Amino acid sequence: MAVITPKDLRNAAGVALWFMFLTFPLLVVKINTVARTVEWRWQNLLWVGVAGFVASLVSRLFAARKLARQERIRQGLERQLPAAGRRLLGHPRLRLAAEVVLALFLLAFPTLFSTYQVNILTTALMYVVLGLGLNIVVGLAGLLDLGYVAFYAVGAYTYALLNLHFGLGFWTVLPIGGLLGALFGILLGFPVLRLRGDYLAIVTLGFGEIIRLVLENWSDFSRGPSGIANIPRPGLFGLDLTLDAAIVYLYFLTLAMVLFTVFVVNRLQHSRIGRAWIALREDEIACQAMGIDKTRTKLAAFALGATWAGMAGVFFAAKTTFVNPASFTFLESAIILCIVVLGGMGSIVGVIVAALILILLPEYLRAFADYRMLVFGAVLVAMMVFRPQGLVTGVRRTYTPGR
Amino acid sequence: MDYFIELLFSGLTRGAIYALIALGYTMVYGIIGLINFAHGEIYMIGAFTALIVATVLSLWGLPLFAVLALAALAAAVWAAAYGCTIERLAYRPLRGAPRLSPLISAIGMSIFLQNYVLLAQTSEFQPFPALIPDLPLLEPWAAVVGTTDLAILVVSTVVMVLLTLFIRFSRMGKAMRATAQDRTMALLTGINVDTVISVTFVVGSALAAIGGLLIASHIGQINFAIGFIAGIKAFTAAVLGGIGSIPGAVLGSFVLGLTESFATGYVSSDYEDVFAFSLLVLILIFRPAGLLGKGSVDKV
Repeated sequence: MAVITPKDLRNAAGVALWFMFLTFPLLVVKINTVARTVEWRWQNLLWVGVAGFVASLVSRLFAARKLARQERIRQGLERQLPAAGRRLLGHPRLRLAAEVVLALFLLAFPTLFSTYQVNILTTALMYVVLGLGLNIVVGLAGLLDLGYVAFYAVGAYTYALLNLHFGLGFWTVLPIGGLLGALFGILLGFPVLRLRGDYLAIVTLGFGEIIRLVLENWSDFSRGPSGIANIPRPGLFGLDLTLDAAIVYLYFLTLAMVLFTVFVVNRLQHSRIGRAWIALREDEIACQAMGIDKTRTKLAAFALGATWAGMAGVFFAAKTTFVNPASFTFLESAIILCIVVLGGMGSIVGVIVAALILILLPEYLRAFADYRMLVFGAVLVAMMVFRPQGLVTGVRRTYTPGR
Repeated sequence: MDYFIELLFSGLTRGAIYALIALGYTMVYGIIGLINFAHGEIYMIGAFTALIVATVLSLWGLPLFAVLALAALAAAVWAAAYGCTIERLAYRPLRGAPRLSPLISAIGMSIFLQNYVLLAQTSEFQPFPALIPDLPLLEPWAAVVGTTDLAILVVSTVVMVLLTLFIRFSRMGKAMRATAQDRTMALLTGINVDTVISVTFVVGSALAAIGGLLIASHIGQINFAIGFIAGIKAFTAAVLGGIGSIPGAVLGSFVLGLTESFATGYVSSDYEDVFAFSLLVLILIFRPAGLLGKGSVDKV
């Protein structure tokens, strides 16, 4: 059992002092440049000191415990158990029961809760679709795409513009949005996929920003920053739906979309191309040596990921009935990336759980809404440092001979 | 002709600022092969620290010269402190992890720092005082070149020369070059690689902070989000010149600064940022090694 030694205390005090120094100008001093006054917030310094001290001690304790446990596992005193969640999910009957309860809950949701709640859940489900789409690119194929939101924007504007100019409906535009997303994915992917991982990330980021800036500045085409309003919600065989009914209807459509996405991604994951993606992610050179066409495989990942973003974009435009470039900033890409990273790259269940956590929690913890992006940033760092495999580890199929 | 010279100077000024930021990118990339996404935020934090210190000191009634010197010093010190803390917390535990892990961690850090400043200070644009007084000497040419432009050019040139000397001749500079060439080999010859990496972050961050102070007093206002675009552009400059190469970063910065200045001046100012991004995409596609960089081959 680890105990706190005086050395730990000294170290923690050092960490606390360092962070008090570090945050001093920004957290303590608050200037008002108009009134030319200065406000000194000394209490913040105290908080930083206490938080730094505690965090340092806790992390030391955890590191010591982990080390001790690894030592015991090495000596054979303790067995490494699979994570609790995985053990539960692995149990077929429990799993079935959980799935049935979840399905019933989701189906009954609109009758149980208000339209407001339904709307929030619809948003969360859309992020599930986006997360699963990006998961193909980042999680499976290991291509860090920071401009994913560009394809989302393409989908949303496809619906908005085609509806505005030609009066096309939701169902006609949905496949077109997906196709256009894929087309843009290929257009971008074709030249840049030869690049190494980190360059690819920056180029996709640049591409995302270019799309947004063009939408913002090319007013004749996209109506600029003021955006396009009055986009119709999806209709149901020409019936006149009330606002509440339309929202509930859209909720079920989004739910169906999620199921469809899960189905497709799940099938893709274990298909020939899915295994090629994973191989590509793990080792590009070995993968090429095995005779996998690198460019084509990457391009397929890019195009498929973009297809989902395009379709999610059509859903987004139908849900909010209004699109403007401000909805498609880099932060949106970062949120979707955060979903994939938190959930566990390549894990479908993980992405769904992460999307629900990251989108629903800030909705219900309104008091902390300001801290949302701060926490997202911290989550990205913490996940990479402490748990790179994500909340739910993706399971790899194994081949057992003679089974 | 005046318009041309005006654009030329504005391009050079931009280029000098980009260079101060791009050097940090390129040094870090050269040593640990990481795109330090949070570098733009370091620049923003430098500018904010300078603003806060300058405001407090001028309220205390210090002369302008002392305010300027102390603000610059504080900006450099705190930015350096942030730089090496970030390295310690978010990058060092990830050495040896898959390539994408530190990059994602860096993106997280960048988002975190932006929102940290947003919450700790304000989301509004803050007016930045003109810390650099107008020289009467330059009066006749005031229409084409301002004192701040000149100050930016002079300061950045001096800083770059000092940096070159530091890297070429000092013990630490040699250790840096050795680490950049081959980290394991450097370790074997007794170089403390951890210290070298920390020093790289400290130097890069301090340069970015000086850039932040200069550009803020040039433009006259800052907010928490200025680091993002500046960071991307400086990165573009570093890639343009060949990432990892210090002269390359400077050259790339001036090319980018001039391109932007002439493109916005003669074509359209609406698409200012699009020019930089398009340039970045084009270089990466056609000459990923950059102007002065060496092409690298992945070996098994």
